[in-house]
Amino acid sequence: MASSRQRVLGWLHPRPQARAWLLLAPGTLWLLVFFLIPILIMLVYSVMPRGIYGGVDPGFTLEHYRRFFDPLYLDILQRTFVWSAACTVICLGLGYPVAYVIARAGRWKSFLLFLVVLPFWTSFLVRTFAMIFLLRDTGLINNWLVKLGVDPIAMLYTPFAVMAGLVYGFLPFMILPIYASLEKLDFSLLEAAEVLGARPAERFRRVTLPLSMPGVVAGCLLVFIPALGSFLTSDLLGGAKEMMIGNLVQNQFSAARNWPFGSAASFIVMALVLAAVMLYLKVKDREQEEAA
Amino acid sequence: MVASPPPPSPSAPVVQLAHVTKTFGDVKAVNDISLDIQRGEFFSMLGPSGCGKTTTLRLLAGFEQPDEDGGEVRLMGEVVNRRRPYERKVAMVFQNYALFPHLSVERNVAFGLEQRKLPKPKVADQVRDALQMVRLKPDVFAHRMPSQLSGGQRQRVALARALVLEPAILLLDEPLGAIDLKLRKEMQLELKALNKQLGTTFVYVTHDQEEALTMSDRIAVMDNARVAQLGTPAEIYENPRTAFVAKFIGESNFLEGQARRSGEDWQLEWAYGGFARLPAHPSLRDGRTIRIAVRPECMDVWRPDEVPAGENALGGSIEDVIYLGETMHVLVRVPHTGTVTVAVRNEGQLIKPLPWKRGDQAAVAWLPEDCQILEDD
Amino acid sequence: MGSRLPRWLIGVTLAVYAFLHLPILVLVAFSFNDSKFSASWAGFTLDWYYRLLERPDIMRGLKASLIVGGVSTVVSAVLGTLVALALARHRFRGRTALEGFLYVPIVTPEIVVGISLLILFALAKIPLGLTTIIIAHVAFSLSFVVIVVLARLEGMDQNLEEAAMILGADEITTFWKVTVPQLWPGILSGALLAFTMSFDDFVITSFVSGSGSSTLPIVVYGMVRRNIEPSINAISTIILLVTTALIYLADRLTTEK
Repeated sequence: MASSRQRVLGWLHPRPQARAWLLLAPGTLWLLVFFLIPILIMLVYSVMPRGIYGGVDPGFTLEHYRRFFDPLYLDILQRTFVWSAACTVICLGLGYPVAYVIARAGRWKSFLLFLVVLPFWTSFLVRTFAMIFLLRDTGLINNWLVKLGVDPIAMLYTPFAVMAGLVYGFLPFMILPIYASLEKLDFSLLEAAEVLGARPAERFRRVTLPLSMPGVVAGCLLVFIPALGSFLTSDLLGGAKEMMIGNLVQNQFSAARNWPFGSAASFIVMALVLAAVMLYLKVKDREQEEAA
Repeated sequence: MVASPPPPSPSAPVVQLAHVTKTFGDVKAVNDISLDIQRGEFFSMLGPSGCGKTTTLRLLAGFEQPDEDGGEVRLMGEVVNRRRPYERKVAMVFQNYALFPHLSVERNVAFGLEQRKLPKPKVADQVRDALQMVRLKPDVFAHRMPSQLSGGQRQRVALARALVLEPAILLLDEPLGAIDLKLRKEMQLELKALNKQLGTTFVYVTHDQEEALTMSDRIAVMDNARVAQLGTPAEIYENPRTAFVAKFIGESNFLEGQARRSGEDWQLEWAYGGFARLPAHPSLRDGRTIRIAVRPECMDVWRPDEVPAGENALGGSIEDVIYLGETMHVLVRVPHTGTVTVAVRNEGQLIKPLPWKRGDQAAVAWLPEDCQILEDD
Repeated sequence: MGSRLPRWLIGVTLAVYAFLHLPILVLVAFSFNDSKFSASWAGFTLDWYYRLLERPDIMRGLKASLIVGGVSTVVSAVLGTLVALALARHRFRGRTALEGFLYVPIVTPEIVVGISLLILFALAKIPLGLTTIIIAHVAFSLSFVVIVVLARLEGMDQNLEEAAMILGADEITTFWKVTVPQLWPGILSGALLAFTMSFDDFVITSFVSGSGSSTLPIVVYGMVRRNIEPSINAISTIILLVTTALIYLADRLTTEK
């Protein structure tokens, strides 16, 4: 007597595709409906004319994308790009030495790593506020400057503040992949180089750096990509003056009430991110080919 | 509901594979294999990695199914091709034990009984008995966790877990692979004893030929998804049918020549001249090139002029003498043929040393009936 | 070469660590400051923490965060585990496409996720509230749960499931009695990750929450905007402690077995 359970299992057994898709269905459906489709709708919105209340009217237009050739918006695009790039470079400069030290730290490795990972997981909002607390006109740093008899510096709502906030937020993303890649390095190679007469700078340039390149590339992309889409940092630390694309998008959905334009801006961010990801995958593929 | 099939007669095979084929992608892991396993037998499948022995075992267990038209797998007379593992009355011991890490030893052993909904007190009793049968004291081991056990102990628990279900057939997938040598030899004997004591049919997979020879009633030597030879340990060792079997089991010297009829008898003509006598064999045809295998222990080394009458001989020079403890290997370089290995019993090199030195002229000799005429692989 | 690291290198490292941690340490320290005008230390007090309890917006926000976190975590954990099971144990067509698709939410900027969902809800006339927040949180944490559980599954001994089946347990019994107990640390770890991400999320939540349903980060954001000091420090410290504890737990779970 086959119970219903046995019947179901019996039906499923010779159908591996059915089994797989049965398990995949709920999760995939969720992502399809609540992730993919909204983005597609957003894409469609971005090419429709603006309606009276900020929504869309039927039709097709590329005017929202054309607006990005306007100096005002080009400025924003450029700023986003430049700041993300600058942040990446600074993170690389600060992060590589730290990753190197951790990789050579022996017993302290896991502790040092934990200290790097910890901020990475705490609330971005809280960490951004911590920055504000330090940099404000009435903040900690200025407080001490005043006590020392120096005039307070306006640090908040400047590009400096935004950059500080971006680096602060993304530094762990740079340190971890570089560390992972350095960790696999055989340090006896460096000793061999030393024996052969290479000086420290040369050893670094010719041995360490090339071998850690995969980690460097990964780290750069892990910083650059989210930096492009960042919003909170420029919002809280930069104020209305220093807009990145993220802020522009947010603005269109609140004060400016221009959903299709906001969608277009949003899609541009998405496109930049996807382009960077494709680049990363291509580089990784080529690496694997070269290794083989 | 179909009427249950008639119980198998006592002499019917408990396992039957009929032209079973299993393909993964483009590769045939099991290629048209047919064999029968008798009730109570200790049956081994022996071969190198990738020969298909583990896949065959998994086909018996139900973890793999034969191809669409890939033959029949029968257990106790019934075709079980599409039956799930939990619908088959077989038990299995895995190579890495597969003990449930989150359950204690006794819960592990009880698992199968609980699936059969046996009442608790009965379960407890049978678990105790099973542990005692594999020589683990229940009081000591019942509450331990698998992580607290040594490899040998884990294997015993795995065995207890399987045997407590009193299966008709026990499948064993290289169970002694991860155990050290001395313990392995002990357990080989224990397994063989259990097989005889319980009457359970054991189907054993291994790549270790010594192990198979020690424990098995019959061995299926497998190569490249097929059965190369099926027979008792004596048959496999003393009469290997193909070069593969001769190479895989023990050591052999391989010699090649042309078969020549000489009246009632057969001779082997070497390519470079000279003859050796051959025993009769159905595959012999006049003029056909054949290969023979001669085991080192069936050969002897003589001075060229002292070879006993009636024996086949090949002349050469001593290449090396290797000390192996119980035996000595004398390596003789035979022109046009290569190095022939002769195994000689060591009667004490300090008391009665072998007279051979490198470079000495010598002849290797063997009785004509001691050679194996090999079929093509 | 041993451990001879040049001094400048160690110096830079120390500076970076200071940079990473001092702001937070300062933030936490000043949450105990007995002065409304932070930045100058005036004595130790727990006043600000008590005041948090008196603030209805914080209490409501906390409650909302816990509900959203709890529900979205459970949904994420279940759906994510099922997907991970499919990926680890089954071969199927469209597998690479699916894997790619699963990883896209991870790289997608929060802004994009937030507004696209806002558009969807507006179009479908779904009122914004806790439900929409929960939906959004599941959408972005699902992929992370899959990654964590998948890692655990791939390290799992597949023989265990086979052993259970040959002992008489069918697929469903095997799943509950063998797979889940083995997988449990991974699922828990993924769940903790999902909860932390949900608890901390601001950007996405800000777009899909209506005016009446603010989670804790939204309340905190409002406080930051309006400079409500130093209660912000207090609530921030609490958020930090909670998330640190959760992440530490998740980490211990994954490195245990």
